[in-house]
Amino acid sequence: MVQAALVKTKPVIEISDLNLYFGEKQVLKNIQLTIPQKMVTAMIGPSGCGKSTLLRTLNRLHDLSPDARITGKVTIDGQDIFHKNTLVNKLRKKVGMVFQKPNPFPKSIYDNVAYGLQINGFPKDKIPQMVEESLRKSYIFDEVKDKLQEPATRLSGGQQQRLCIARTIAVKPEIILMDEPCSALDPLSTLKIEELILELKNDYTIVIVTHNMQQAARVSDFTAFMYLGELIEFDETHKIFNNPEKQLTENYIKGHFG
Amino acid sequence: MNNRLRVRIDKVFKVVFRIAGFACIAILVSIFMMLLYNTVAFFSQIKPLDFITDTQWNPSRHFGLLPLLASTLLVTLGAMAIAIPLGIGTALFISEYATGFVKNMLKPAVEMLSAIPSVVIGFLGIVVISPGISNLFGLSNGLNALNGAILLAIMALPTIITVAEDAIHAVPMTVKEASYGLGATKWATVKNIVLPAAYPGIIAAIMLGMGRAIGETMTVLMATGNSLAFPTGFFSSIRTITATIAIEMGEVPFQTTHYYGLFALALILFLITMAVNVLAERMVNRIRKFQ
Ligand SMILES: Nc1ncnc2c1ncn2[C@@H]1O[C@H](COP(=O)(O)OP(=O)(O)O)[C@@H](O)[C@H]1O
Ligand SMILES: [Mg+2]
Repeated sequence: MVQAALVKTKPVIEISDLNLYFGEKQVLKNIQLTIPQKMVTAMIGPSGCGKSTLLRTLNRLHDLSPDARITGKVTIDGQDIFHKNTLVNKLRKKVGMVFQKPNPFPKSIYDNVAYGLQINGFPKDKIPQMVEESLRKSYIFDEVKDKLQEPATRLSGGQQQRLCIARTIAVKPEIILMDEPCSALDPLSTLKIEELILELKNDYTIVIVTHNMQQAARVSDFTAFMYLGELIEFDETHKIFNNPEKQLTENYIKGHFG
Repeated sequence: MNNRLRVRIDKVFKVVFRIAGFACIAILVSIFMMLLYNTVAFFSQIKPLDFITDTQWNPSRHFGLLPLLASTLLVTLGAMAIAIPLGIGTALFISEYATGFVKNMLKPAVEMLSAIPSVVIGFLGIVVISPGISNLFGLSNGLNALNGAILLAIMALPTIITVAEDAIHAVPMTVKEASYGLGATKWATVKNIVLPAAYPGIIAAIMLGMGRAIGETMTVLMATGNSLAFPTGFFSSIRTITATIAIEMGEVPFQTTHYYGLFALALILFLITMAVNVLAERMVNRIRKFQ
C-alpha cells in the first residue's frame, strides 16, 4: 500500500477533491494526491488525460486562462495555494516549472538565468555568481561558459532545455514541475536530463510528467497513473510497474511495454 | 485536361507572375528616374547649395528647402511624440490586458479609425482641434504645427496600433508562461520579455506610422496654416513639403525653374521615406538575431 511507503516521507503537496473545468468540460475529476518531499514523482497516462493540466494547477498557471475553473484544495507546505492571501508570484518562485518544449527567452544565455534573479530581487552583486552556480548544477556551464552573451536560441534543443532547468533552479525553488521535459529531445540529451533529475532530487521535490514509461521507471520514486481526468493509482514506482493494484494500470503499462 | 496543356498553363502563369513582379520594379525605377531627371534640370538653374541653405521658399526668386523640411520634420516628430506612446500603450492593452467585450470592441474601433478619409481628419482639425488649441493657449490662430501634429498622430495611430499589436500578439505564450513561472508579475513580463521580443515589429510599426505622417498631404494642407515663414515652434503656422507640392503644382507653368523645383522637393520626400524604411529594416535585422 502507498500509505506504508509514504510513511517514510514528508508530504509537501497535498491535493484534495480537486476538480478542474475548461468551460463546460471537466478535465480533472476529484483528484486526491499527496506528493512527498525531495522525491521524484512521475505522472503517466495517455495523451489528453490531464497530466499537464494537473501540473499547471500546482503553480497556478491556469490563472492565465480565463475559462479555467477550479474547485477543491491544494496545499503546499500546508499553505492553501488558492487562498486569497497567497501571493501567486511567491508561489511560482517556490514552485518552478520546466516546459515541454524548450522555451528560452529571446535573450542571451546569461540573461536567461539572470532574469529570474533580477525580478525576484536577489542582490545585484550576487547575481553573476548565482548564474554560474545554476549553470554548473544543470551541467551546461562548460558548454556555454565561453559564449554567455550569445543568444540562447542558438543552443541545441538539449542545451536549451538544460538552460531552462538552470533558469528554474536559479531562483531557488523548492519544487520543480517538469512537463515532458524530454519529449522534444534526442536520446543523448534525454539521458543527460535524466541524470540531472537524479542529481536534483537531493535538493528539490520533482514532479515530472512523462509519456515515456521507461523514463518514469528510471527516474521516479513514486508514480501516479491518470486516465480520463482521474487519478487511477498512485504508489511507489516499482509497485506500479511490477505489481499494480488496478487492472487499468496494468493494461496501460503492459500495452506500453509491448 | 491532358498533361501537356497543364504544363503549358503552368508556364503561362509563371510568365504572368514574372511580368507582374518586374512591372513593380519598372514603375519604381521610372518614378525615381522622372524625379531625378527633373531635379537635375532644376539644379542646372539653381545651385544645390542654395537649395539646401536658403531659408526662404518663395518661388519667384528663393528656392530654399529648409523651411519646408523643418515644417515636415516638426509635424512628423510632434505626431510621433504623441502617437508612439499612445499607440504602443493601446497595442499592449489590447493584447495583454483587455479581455472580453472591451477587447472585442477595441480592435474594430481602431481599424475604423484608419478608414476615416484624410479630408475628414483635416476638417476635424479646422473645426474642433484648432479652435481648441487657440483657446487653450490664447493664440489668435490655431492652424499651426501642433494642430497638424495632433491630426497626423490620429492618422498614424491605427497603423502603429495594428502592426504593434500583431507583433506583441506573436510573442509565444510559452515564453510568457516561462516568465510567470519564475514569479514575474505581469508588468515585469511585459517590460522584460514581451516588449523586447516584439521590438522588431514595434519598430516596424513606428516606421510605418512615421512614413504615413511624412507623406500625408491633405490633412496638413488644411490644418497647418500654410505659412511660408520659417517655423519657430509648434505654435508656428507652417507649410510642409507635401502641402507645398500639392498647392503649387496645379498652378506652376510647365518646365519653369519653379516646376523643376517641385520635383526636387518630391525627390527629397522620396529619399526621406526611403531612409526611414531602410533604417527600420536594419534595426529589425539587428534585433532579430536574438529571436
Ligand atoms: N486551455 C485549455 N482550454 C480548453 N481545454 C483544454 C485546455 N488545456 C487543455 N485542455 C483539454 O484538457 C484535456 C487534458 O489536457 P492535458 O492536461 O494537456 O493532457 P495531457 O497533458 O495529459 O496530455 C485535453 O482534452 C485538452 O484538450
Ligand atoms: Mg501534456
